[in-house]
Amino acid sequence: MAEAVLKSKKRSSSGIFNTKWEPLIYLAPFLIGVIIFTLYPFFNIILISFKEGYRQMTGAFQSFGFDNYVHIFTDPYFINALKNTAMYVGFVVPISTALSLFFANLLNQKIKGIGIFQTAFFLPMVTSVTAIGLVWKLMFNDRIGVINAMLGLFGVERIEWLLDPAMNIWALIIYGIWNMMPFTIIILLSGLQNIDPLYYTAAKVDGASSRKQFFRITVPLLAPTIGLTCIINMISASKVFGELFPLFSGRPGTAYNLFTMVYYIYYEFNVARHLGYAAAASIILFIIVFVFTMIQLYVQRRWRYY
Amino acid sequence: MQIKIDHLTKKFPDTTAVDDFTMEFESGKLTALLGPSGCGKSTMLNMLAGILPATDGHIYFDDDDVTDMPPQKRGVGLVFQNYALYPHMTVLENICFPLEIQKVNKAERIEKAKEMAKLVHVDQYLDRKPKELSGGQQQRVAIARALIKTPRLLLLDEPLSNLDARLRIEMREEIRRIQQETKVTTIFVTHDQEEAMSISDSIVLMKDGILMQVDKPQALYDDPNHTFVASFLGNPPINNLEGIINDAGDFELKDHSATIKLNEKKGIKGEEVILGIRPEAITIGPDFNTKAEILERYTMGKEELANIKIGSAELRVYISVDHDCKKGDVIDLVLRNKGVFLFDKASGKRL
Ligand SMILES: Nc1ncnc2c1ncn2[C@@H]1O[C@H](COP(=O)(O)OP(=O)(O)OP(=O)(O)O)[C@@H](O)[C@H]1O
Ligand SMILES: [Mg+2]
Repeated sequence: MAEAVLKSKKRSSSGIFNTKWEPLIYLAPFLIGVIIFTLYPFFNIILISFKEGYRQMTGAFQSFGFDNYVHIFTDPYFINALKNTAMYVGFVVPISTALSLFFANLLNQKIKGIGIFQTAFFLPMVTSVTAIGLVWKLMFNDRIGVINAMLGLFGVERIEWLLDPAMNIWALIIYGIWNMMPFTIIILLSGLQNIDPLYYTAAKVDGASSRKQFFRITVPLLAPTIGLTCIINMISASKVFGELFPLFSGRPGTAYNLFTMVYYIYYEFNVARHLGYAAAASIILFIIVFVFTMIQLYVQRRWRYY
Repeated sequence: MQIKIDHLTKKFPDTTAVDDFTMEFESGKLTALLGPSGCGKSTMLNMLAGILPATDGHIYFDDDDVTDMPPQKRGVGLVFQNYALYPHMTVLENICFPLEIQKVNKAERIEKAKEMAKLVHVDQYLDRKPKELSGGQQQRVAIARALIKTPRLLLLDEPLSNLDARLRIEMREEIRRIQQETKVTTIFVTHDQEEAMSISDSIVLMKDGILMQVDKPQALYDDPNHTFVASFLGNPPINNLEGIINDAGDFELKDHSATIKLNEKKGIKGEEVILGIRPEAITIGPDFNTKAEILERYTMGKEELANIKIGSAELRVYISVDHDCKKGDVIDLVLRNKGVFLFDKASGKRL
């Protein structure tokens, strides 16, 4: 016994193996990947965002300072992108969360054929976003689209969703809400299924209506899960980008009016080739997402019951 | 409130959990529903609460037929086996919840809740969340929540099964006290015969969904009408010997290795029977007619017990300390009148 202890002690002090560095060796492949593909670009972008007139090929730049930031904050397209993104997040996240909560609650009922409905709701998750976007483009069509046709039944006049710049953002928001729901429903549904049905039985004996049960039991017990989906959805909504392509044939709105943060970054980088501006905008986006996350984490901690 | 059930039946796809019950629960009394696991106690309780619909039969609260009444209209308080306190509410909010549903104004319901908390001795924990309470405290909060709406009927489903032995005894006395203070008709589910014996006014003993016997605890012990009842109650358990009634009307072991003289002849002959002998139902002394060999003597707490052998049958009995017989001795013994029962072997019924 004592001999064994001695032996193992001896082994652990020999060479680079069996030292405190040993774990690092095993982690190295992963760490190297993270350094090359995440950490290096991250710090590099911070640097680039301070280099005015940065050229990717030569690495040359004119000056080091806040010029890029000053530029983007005086660029009406960037301000517009900020506004559009804020509006998108502000409408899409709460509305899709509320709707998802409603549908998740319905899907959690014990009724016949519920499996069919569950599948139907989750189908969008395994379907190509672009294909869905193209279908939405068709639905939003002001002449042959089903949305206008339905609104027409209520006497609403023809809306040029995809042509009228003022309506573009609403088309994007409606599509975004729909797009976000399947994922949110899945998360909320799994949260609902973790709630002990006994609480509902107890509430029923006490005479609580289904409405009361929903607001006094379901919602508070689900609050941590709701908070989680909110963080995830706010972050992903802040990065709205891919949704624009199928709706507006690759343009940010009919009249370049619907820039979003990521579209602005993409545009400055890929089209205008202003790497400094793109980098500065990325940093601003990063800060916004970071602040969101911190606020959410703080609120969520206060919400946690058990 | 008096509860009457009439041919009450609950069938599940592959079991009959409650089979044709007809009985009454006395008003203002504490009745224990006792039986082994899976015998249908919870099913019975849930039907009384209205959570489970009955397959057949009727439930009456006083004279109202409540069989199809939804739970919220029945005015029952229900305490669940694992309490089901709402984890996101404080103790005070939990106790208040039934009144909140009834839209009682806030000041009034808080006052009432504090009163209830005092009754069950949890008034110093009002601001805590359930997870910050011990099992016993949680249970008392659950009782307070059930009592606050002044239910006509209080139902408790094995409320003590999660507690340790000492706390169980403490809490069952507590339940007894609360019941006697509030005088609410109470039905208490348990599978522990000692628990049922010690706190209830009467016991409903069930087995496999069938009602075996309803009686006062002592009467159930002293006068069981079925071998199952006799075996379920009592610790150490009753000794069951299988045999037949011989021509003289006495009990003879199945393998004829011994005969035990019965004090009370039943006027039957040749029938296959089970003789139940409670451990305390024998007396030792000279001139008695049944011989037994002492296999072992031991003490359990303050009690003196012995394993003895009559013919081929082994029994566990109490032997007074006064008898200084030891292992291997052969003693004479006789049965007392009390605590000795004859049951029909086939049906298990008392003869
Ligand atoms: N929802 C159900 N569906 C089908 N069978 C059920 C259902 N609930 C109970 N049973 C069956 O009915 C019988 C009685 O169950 P019940 O829960 O009433 O037993 P119990 O006496 O409360 O047991 P325990 O002491 O273990 O709680 C059991 O055989 C059980 O398997
Ligand atoms: Mg049970």
